[in-house]
Amino acid sequence: MSDIYDIVIVGGGPGGMSAGIYGSRSRLKTVILQKGRLGGQAATTEELENYPGFGRGTTGPELMQAMADHAESFGTEIVRDEVVDLSLNGDVKLLTTKSGQVYKAKTVILALGAEPRSLNIRGENKFRGKGVSYCATCDADFFEELDVIVVGNGDAAVEEAMYLTKFAETVTIIVIHDEGILDCNQASAEKAMANPKIKWVWSSVLQEVKGDGLVESVVIKNIKTGELTEMQINGVFFFVGTVPKTELLKGQVDLDEQGYVITNEQMETSVAGVYAVGDCRVKYLRQVVTAASDGAIAAVAADKYLAEEEDFKVRVLNVKEPVWVAFWAPQVEASINAIADLEQWVAKTGTNVKLVKIDTYRNQRLVERYAVDEIPSALLFHKGELISKLSGSFSPEDLDNQMNLAGF
Amino acid sequence: MIEVNKNNFEEEVLKADGLVMVDFWSPSCEPCKELMPSVHQLAEKYKGQAKFCSLDTAGNRRLSISQKVLGLPTIAFYRDGDKIAEITGEVAIEDVEAKLNELK
Ligand SMILES: Cc1cc2nc3c(=O)[nH]c(=O)nc-3n(C[C@H](O)[C@H](O)[C@H](O)COP(=O)(O)OP(=O)(O)OC[C@H]3O[C@@H](n4cnc5c(N)ncnc54)[C@H](O)[C@@H]3O)c2cc1C
Repeated sequence: MSDIYDIVIVGGGPGGMSAGIYGSRSRLKTVILQKGRLGGQAATTEELENYPGFGRGTTGPELMQAMADHAESFGTEIVRDEVVDLSLNGDVKLLTTKSGQVYKAKTVILALGAEPRSLNIRGENKFRGKGVSYCATCDADFFEELDVIVVGNGDAAVEEAMYLTKFAETVTIIVIHDEGILDCNQASAEKAMANPKIKWVWSSVLQEVKGDGLVESVVIKNIKTGELTEMQINGVFFFVGTVPKTELLKGQVDLDEQGYVITNEQMETSVAGVYAVGDCRVKYLRQVVTAASDGAIAAVAADKYLAEEEDFKVRVLNVKEPVWVAFWAPQVEASINAIADLEQWVAKTGTNVKLVKIDTYRNQRLVERYAVDEIPSALLFHKGELISKLSGSFSPEDLDNQMNLAGF
Repeated sequence: MIEVNKNNFEEEVLKADGLVMVDFWSPSCEPCKELMPSVHQLAEKYKGQAKFCSLDTAGNRRLSISQKVLGLPTIAFYRDGDKIAEITGEVAIEDVEAKLNELK
């Protein structure tokens, strides 16, 4: 059993790292499975200046290395491997990796993140790595003394454009909006407008990337006039938002139309014991700080889930005597009375039958698992199996009958 | 791994017989540096089955561009001096190993 992890985290960006820190610090056996390089998207930007406590001059790779070291210092294992298959239903969840390993987990935290959206413009895919790029820090120095364009005008686009001006001769930003309107924060907008190396093309979209082996030009379309302009250029950087990396999860957990994982406040997905954090889930703000916050919440929720599951096993499923599990709720008076009766009945029947009370208000998961649709309800378990179920009111005779039927 | 640059690229890669794998990287490319230890392990594991080279594109920009490499990280495979395959963008070592096995 010792090869079963308490928490298997898929994805080593800020969401996964934070979950790792919280999980392993609570002494849970925790592993992060990460495809390729550590740190996720956050490790691809040189300018990461809004994570609390890490001000100007902080770089993404630095911050992510610090998070990885932090997680490892508490005992999180970090393994470089890609998860290619998941089996999430059931007590023990199985995760298969590209190298053929199968990881067993009591809980799973999905921190899959997002990847750059591609616009599927003619030439975009063909010239990937040939002048088309989604990572300024990776490729900027190729463009020393050359001219590049940036497509997009959100925070990432404008901030990366400024980084590119340290290398390129000119950086032209193609903006779909009217002159002067940008989607990025005001501080970045002002800085970019004041940067002499940055040029702007307003009310326009990219139509095509052209070249011969390497990018040579782009065709820009003015959306107001429909006019097409060809521009000689050496590099094209796309920062037009991201899409969640959740292909793997289709049919496994509930996703919204765009593929983001749907969770509640505790980061729980539609599957018990499975959580989702960071950029891959439905949320308002996708940043390092919110990914880290999600990770902390999920790890704490997973810890509580593990404790509750363990408790139910010890008190109900692994008990050799028959066990009545009574579902009640403090606000349902009938259930309080029913529980009192049940307690009396058990006391009379003797030590060869046990009673466990479940407050349905605090343990919704058991309510759903055993399809308890009325309060009070009493469920009889023996050796881990559900044997019978009494819903609504029940009398001492009902209890005797059920015991007789079950052969006790 | 053999360090290649503008002075020896022709000799070591373009005029070489058999399979050559070239890791294009640069000191400012974080994903490249992350990838590097596993590329070196791969070179060790498949020693003798292919030639493994490493090219720092800083200072060899023209050479990289002549090889149509304008994005990092890029892992390129050459056979008898012709480029036959390339992995670029999000490079995972698992994909590099799979490609190597396919080509060797
Ligand atoms: C250019 C750029 C600049 C940015 N600048 C800032 C900034 O200044 N401040 C800020 O707060 N935020 C910034 N962000 C946003 C920030 O990076 C993200 O919000 C954050 O990284 C999300 O973290 P995450 O853990 O959810 O996912 P990610 O960082 O995307 O990490 C997820 C990881 O999971 C891995 N993975 C996915 N599927 C699998 C699988 N099947 N098996 C194994 N591993 C898998 C991925 O490879 C990836 O490494 C920026 C983003 C970009 C692209």
